[in-house]
Amino acid sequence: MAGGARRTAILAVVGICFMTGLAWASVPLYRMFCQVTGLNGTTQRGLAAPGATDRQVRVDFDANVSPKLAWKFAPEHPSDTVAVGARDMAFFTATNTSNKPLTGTATFNVTPAQAGKYFTKIQCFCFTQQTLQPGETVRMPVIFYVDPKMLADSDAADIQTITLSYTFYPSDAEGKADRGA
Amino acid sequence: MTDTALHPSAFQAHGHDHAHHHDADHKPAFFARWFMSTNHKDIGTLYLIFAICAGIIGGAVSGLMRAELAHPGIQYLQGWASMLHGGEASFDESLHLWNVLITAHGLIMVFFMVMPAMIGGFGNWFVPIMIGAPDMAFPRMNNISFWLLIPAFTLLLASPFFGGAGNGWTLYAPLSTYGEPGPSTDMAILSLHLAGASSILGAINFITTIFNMRAPGMTLHKMPLFVWSVLVTAFLLLLALPVLAAAITMLLTDRNFGTTFFDPAGGGDPILYQHLFWFFGHPEVYIMILPGFGIVSQIIATFSRKPVFGYLGMAYAMVAIGVVGFVVWAHHMFTTGLSVNTKMYFTAATMVIAVPTGIKIFSWIATMWGGSMRFPTPMVWAIGFIFMFTVGGVTGVVLANGGIDDYMQDTYYVVAHFHYVLSLGAVFSLFAGFYYWFPKMSGKMYSEFLGQLHFWVFFVGVNVMFFPMHFLGLQGMPRRYPDYPDAYEHWNTVASVGYMIMAAGMAIFFVNLVWSLIAGKKAGDNPWGEGATTLEWTLSSPPPFHQFETLPVIDGGRDH
Repeated sequence: MAGGARRTAILAVVGICFMTGLAWASVPLYRMFCQVTGLNGTTQRGLAAPGATDRQVRVDFDANVSPKLAWKFAPEHPSDTVAVGARDMAFFTATNTSNKPLTGTATFNVTPAQAGKYFTKIQCFCFTQQTLQPGETVRMPVIFYVDPKMLADSDAADIQTITLSYTFYPSDAEGKADRGA
Repeated sequence: MTDTALHPSAFQAHGHDHAHHHDADHKPAFFARWFMSTNHKDIGTLYLIFAICAGIIGGAVSGLMRAELAHPGIQYLQGWASMLHGGEASFDESLHLWNVLITAHGLIMVFFMVMPAMIGGFGNWFVPIMIGAPDMAFPRMNNISFWLLIPAFTLLLASPFFGGAGNGWTLYAPLSTYGEPGPSTDMAILSLHLAGASSILGAINFITTIFNMRAPGMTLHKMPLFVWSVLVTAFLLLLALPVLAAAITMLLTDRNFGTTFFDPAGGGDPILYQHLFWFFGHPEVYIMILPGFGIVSQIIATFSRKPVFGYLGMAYAMVAIGVVGFVVWAHHMFTTGLSVNTKMYFTAATMVIAVPTGIKIFSWIATMWGGSMRFPTPMVWAIGFIFMFTVGGVTGVVLANGGIDDYMQDTYYVVAHFHYVLSLGAVFSLFAGFYYWFPKMSGKMYSEFLGQLHFWVFFVGVNVMFFPMHFLGLQGMPRRYPDYPDAYEHWNTVASVGYMIMAAGMAIFFVNLVWSLIAGKKAGDNPWGEGATTLEWTLSSPPPFHQFETLPVIDGGRDH
């Protein structure tokens, strides 16, 4: 009996360790899952636009800055109307309103979330950190297209408007000091 | 019970052996017995006492909430907050106190009342006895399981004095990460860590006990359904709690060590926390109700004087509920932007759970059908359980619909739903089990009159309290607010009156408890007669300190 009990208990502990490991592994797995499936409006990355179709969508641009980052950040145009499949370029401007250099990173997603799988960026300022000198203003481009495969997806085919949203946060080192407070 | 063919006479003889055996009933002195206990019955008793104390506190918190909600406007919160802060409290501090109250009520009732009573209390007391084992597999670990709960509960109860954790029992990020600085949320999180560790150790203990310490002839398919229910529950604990532990550890590091698991500024996602939490949280609701299913199965069979209808179906329905319970979690997250297909899957998977649950409900009814029924207190509680749980199940099927949930999310309809399955379902099964086993545990009979009175007052009270919440929810009243527009006053006042009726019912319970312990009639080995066929009724009441010195042998008879 004692041997059997020990084996059962060891198996139970293995099960506990496995589930604990799975929970921690879920952090990178979840990120990969979002990137692959476009869950939560995670956008895709691509190299070249496939070419225009005759369907138009409106893309609204939304820009936000964390209160902990002394920047002004706004799109140059509030929205663009583009043909699905066509390449489009939009500009955002950011100004450092403080008197010291600040580095920020942008997070991004699109709504409705179903469009995430089809909203494809070729180039984006959000892929890298941006450092702005005191008072400096930069124009930042994003080049994107909406994948025509969206028109074949019954969940997403009727989407008329896609909102592309960015939020700039202080990049890691500065952000941690702030949050710790 | 089940169909196990026992030889009652043989066990009666064993029972007498124990009663007259000197060494068998040698109990340690008070401190060693209760504070260093390794005896499963004593630890079970400690768990039950703990759960009753926690239930009083958690119930008192809900009384504060019903008092505040009885009428529109803020009546008492400011006064309570001032008392807590030792000075005039600001309006925001009073509103924060409300969040602290709802958080405390949820956490106390889930982790410190229902779980300790069901698993720690009745599980410890009766699982070893029902399978013919002398004790749990790891008695010292059993002791640690219980004593971990004390610091856990202390941390939670102390947290309001350090600002108070007002995150709700779900501890959603970002409110729990950077929305609420100060030590109290850390204390609540550590409290959950300790309570979780306690339950995980308990789960290892139950699984090992049930798999390795069954008496000769007690095959898995002859185990009483209560043992089955605790076995399934232990597996759910084993698989779900580590995920909670990991998720709340991430909360802690996000709060204190600058990680960004749930902070978009560092590439994290608060929705991930919800996924992790509900991957634990949904199995958790079955952890709370499955042992109740087991208790009710024993009681219905006993007082119908029939073996339970469809034993194997009943056992495997619980297994099915446990398995499917792990793949439905996102029905708690319908409004977080899931795609239509995801919502359809989680809606359908959730409704699938109604099938094994329906098997259980109909099997209980079929057990009663044609039985020679009696209706003593445990039986009326068990039948009350079936009724209330079914009402809660029906509203659950409504809420399972992703589309309807867009409207119902965070309204009182949800509050009504989960109180019907937990506060009425799980708690009714707890009272049923308490009255059923009280004579066995204490050796005294409870007062049948007071037991019946307790049932009827409590039954009326909780229904008057919770049924109007369906109406409030359908009218759109949101949960977790201390105030509401005047239009909602009528049913809120009714609900608060219901609370008072329920509280009167609880007073009857405690009178009954004290009276029975002092002046209750002596209970025989088996006060329930021929319907009670499980092994605990073959022992004396209360059972000897160490039972089954000679292991009982279960007759081969009918196997399934």
